[in-house]
Amino acid sequence: MANFIRRLNEIPREELFASGHGLCAGCGIPPMVKIALKAVDGPKTVVNATGCLEVATTLYPNTAWRVPWVHNAFENAAATASGIEAALRALKRKRGWKDYKIIVFGGDGGTFDIGLQSLSGALERGHKFIYVCYDNEAYMNTGIQRSGATPIGAATTTSPAGRVIPGKPENKKNLLDIVLAHRVPYAATLNSAYPIDMWNKFAKASEYLDKGIGPIFFHYYSPCPVGWRMDSALSIEVARLAVQTRIWPLYEVEEGKIKINVMVRRPKPIEEYLKLQGRFRHLLKPENRHILEKIKEYVELNWNRLIRLSQLDSIY
Amino acid sequence: MSITVRQIRTGLNGDEAVAYAVKHANVDVISAYPITPQTIIVERLSEFVYNGELDAEFIPVESEHSALSAALGASLAGARVFTATASQGLALMYEILYITSSLRAPVVMALGNRAFSAPINIHCSHDDAYAARDAGWIQFFAETVQEAYDLTLIAYRVSEDRDVLLPSIINLDGFILTHSVEPLNIFADSEEVSRFLPERKPVNPIDPDNPITYGPLALPDYYMEIKRQQAEAIYSSKPIINRVFEEYKEFSGRRYSPLKTLYIDDAETIFVLLGSTAGTIRHMVRKWRRENKRVGVVSLTLYRPFPEEELIEAIKDAKNIVVMDRSFSYGSPGGQLFMDVSSTLLKYGLSPRILNVIYGLGGRDFTPDLAEKALHLVVETDEKIVWLGVRG
Amino acid sequence: MVKWPNKWMELPIGGVINVPATSVDVKTGTWRSHRPVVNLDKCIKCLMCWVSCPDNSIIRLDDDYVDVDYYHCKGCGICANVCPTDAIDMVEEGGI
Ligand SMILES: Cc1ncc(C[n+]2csc(CCOP(=O)(O)OP(=O)(O)O)c2C)c(N)n1
Ligand code: SF4
Ligand code: SF4
Repeated sequence: MANFIRRLNEIPREELFASGHGLCAGCGIPPMVKIALKAVDGPKTVVNATGCLEVATTLYPNTAWRVPWVHNAFENAAATASGIEAALRALKRKRGWKDYKIIVFGGDGGTFDIGLQSLSGALERGHKFIYVCYDNEAYMNTGIQRSGATPIGAATTTSPAGRVIPGKPENKKNLLDIVLAHRVPYAATLNSAYPIDMWNKFAKASEYLDKGIGPIFFHYYSPCPVGWRMDSALSIEVARLAVQTRIWPLYEVEEGKIKINVMVRRPKPIEEYLKLQGRFRHLLKPENRHILEKIKEYVELNWNRLIRLSQLDSIY
Repeated sequence: MSITVRQIRTGLNGDEAVAYAVKHANVDVISAYPITPQTIIVERLSEFVYNGELDAEFIPVESEHSALSAALGASLAGARVFTATASQGLALMYEILYITSSLRAPVVMALGNRAFSAPINIHCSHDDAYAARDAGWIQFFAETVQEAYDLTLIAYRVSEDRDVLLPSIINLDGFILTHSVEPLNIFADSEEVSRFLPERKPVNPIDPDNPITYGPLALPDYYMEIKRQQAEAIYSSKPIINRVFEEYKEFSGRRYSPLKTLYIDDAETIFVLLGSTAGTIRHMVRKWRRENKRVGVVSLTLYRPFPEEELIEAIKDAKNIVVMDRSFSYGSPGGQLFMDVSSTLLKYGLSPRILNVIYGLGGRDFTPDLAEKALHLVVETDEKIVWLGVRG
Repeated sequence: MVKWPNKWMELPIGGVINVPATSVDVKTGTWRSHRPVVNLDKCIKCLMCWVSCPDNSIIRLDDDYVDVDYYHCKGCGICANVCPTDAIDMVEEGGI
């Protein structure tokens, strides 16, 4: 049986991700990384795309990692992991080497945009690894530029809240739909306000890998106080609001069967979510009402579609 | 110690010869993407793997960028790794070329030399080899199918040596070598070859019991030390390359050295070049010698690290040097090999007359007539750079 | 404290960091303007602060009560924000 938990005190104390890293105060990435490294049991190796996590945790000669960690470049984390996984298969077979699990971390830029081809290739080839996209909804490491994951209306340094164009005009890409088109055996969304759900999803992923089943894909909601222009203390609160407004549905897909993990029957008003974040503040002005309406429409459309799909035996 | 190993006389093209060498090297992972004129290598290796003749993982990647990225990952994991590409494929890999050498991963790559677009062209230029010259890879140039086979095995021994740990490229002239069938000797199987090339003993492979951070961020306080170390690594691979050449001679009976020379001792004029055109020049040198013209030729088997001392030793007494480039460095003082040779001469305080011949781009034939013309130009004119074989 | 070599020929090859978790020596506590102070009377040992802290700076004691690692705590305030019983206060540094 996998090491599922019901209470946080069942999580072991020992951390494989160390303090002293340079991620910003209140950064949303570490709560996920800490859980991933513990819930995926046994020996493991991390592959990291270029981005905040990579840069801020390995400033030579200071590394925050207590597991092997490999950074190659920005757009090729999935390809790099493919190579490690294939090598391990050969070395186990030919030379009796010991097995380990591979966890990949990539930002939304490294996953939705520049790394999408590499990811798609790896998913299609069926390499056995866990890929986690930590989605802070912009290129944060280079200073908050818009990505394919930036939500409509959000202000970034390349989609500013201008007088003519008030923030990003385009909707967020649905990455999980793209991933599911590869018919992966297991995929899910993650959120740091729901650590037990997150732990159990990693534990399930780990069990899949034990059975030789993969690849597994997770889409993690990763609050960024700096890029979202909000109080660092609000990192987890905003994450919870994202779920409770239906902006970030928590669900998992096993062999095509969708299960909604947190059923949000009475969603909170989207304004409550937006008003905490400087990147959205302009949307609350009367002249930008039409964008607010678009966001609401989009969120509702996505939620209803998810409900409909979850009633199918399998979407595959 | 002299071992005589069983060898088989056969006929293969350059690509197939590389594929056999990779099979005989018993590689663990192959990660490559099709591109003419290298594709036959990938096809043959796929057959070997799919028919169970080679116990390896073949990663059918979706691009060359991923081909080298996966190769690097596999190499860090401890596997013996092979990839192959040409021209546009190398250009797509470019970013990862530097990362592979900087992380000191002994990946071996065959490069079927082909011209860069545009116009798109599938034939031979040395654009791709030159594009990789600054990237920290050891580079060999094969002149025959036999050399393509031998140098592939040699490259693994050199790259994986614990005092080297750098990736290698074996260059083969596109079509001229990749696609022409020549007779050669190959070993019977990987077991025979393992006496020269035993299984890889990786230094610091990925190991959860010994967690290493590969590829961190290093800023101005450390970056330069790390680069200084890398520069030293490729220079100090030279004696090891020479030692491996020596051991390969014992093993196979075939002799390799950083340069191949013909009639250089008393030569007034020496041609310096890379790749298969050396055969044409050698043929001409023999003809010129019959005409009492004191001409010699040097072709480089080892291009990086640049065999400076050997080259200077070979050309120091010549009055005229013809440096032939099958590529051009646009806007530069000349072709790429020309710049290497000129700066080496200057470094050693020598200043002979040098002519840079640009030839053969995109597969254009280099004929004996053109060789005659080059000899005429270097002796009779003071032209500095000439494009030979171009209309107009 | 890991003593890192200084000369180019002494560094581990390939630019790797061959010692795990060398970052623990970095004192990120200097980033802080406010410090979390835990009132154990109110703590119900839910551990939400412990899983949420980005800097592993909530120390989980043997009995599952919590303490703060001020050497690393960046003062983000997440722990205080997520605490269901308001057992953690953010106090201005140098204030008291
Ligand atoms: C090929 C390439 N292009 C651009 C960059 C510059 N770059 C480094 S990180 C980054 C943004 C990363 O964004 P994301 O993947 O969302 O991760 P985050 O920084 O938000 O953690 C960019 C554009 C690069 N390193 N490599
Ligand atoms: S910029 Fe955002 S994602 Fe990057 S370290 Fe800071 S808080 Fe984290
Ligand atoms: S203030 Fe932030 S860094 Fe400090 S203990 Fe609380 S959550 Fe951790």
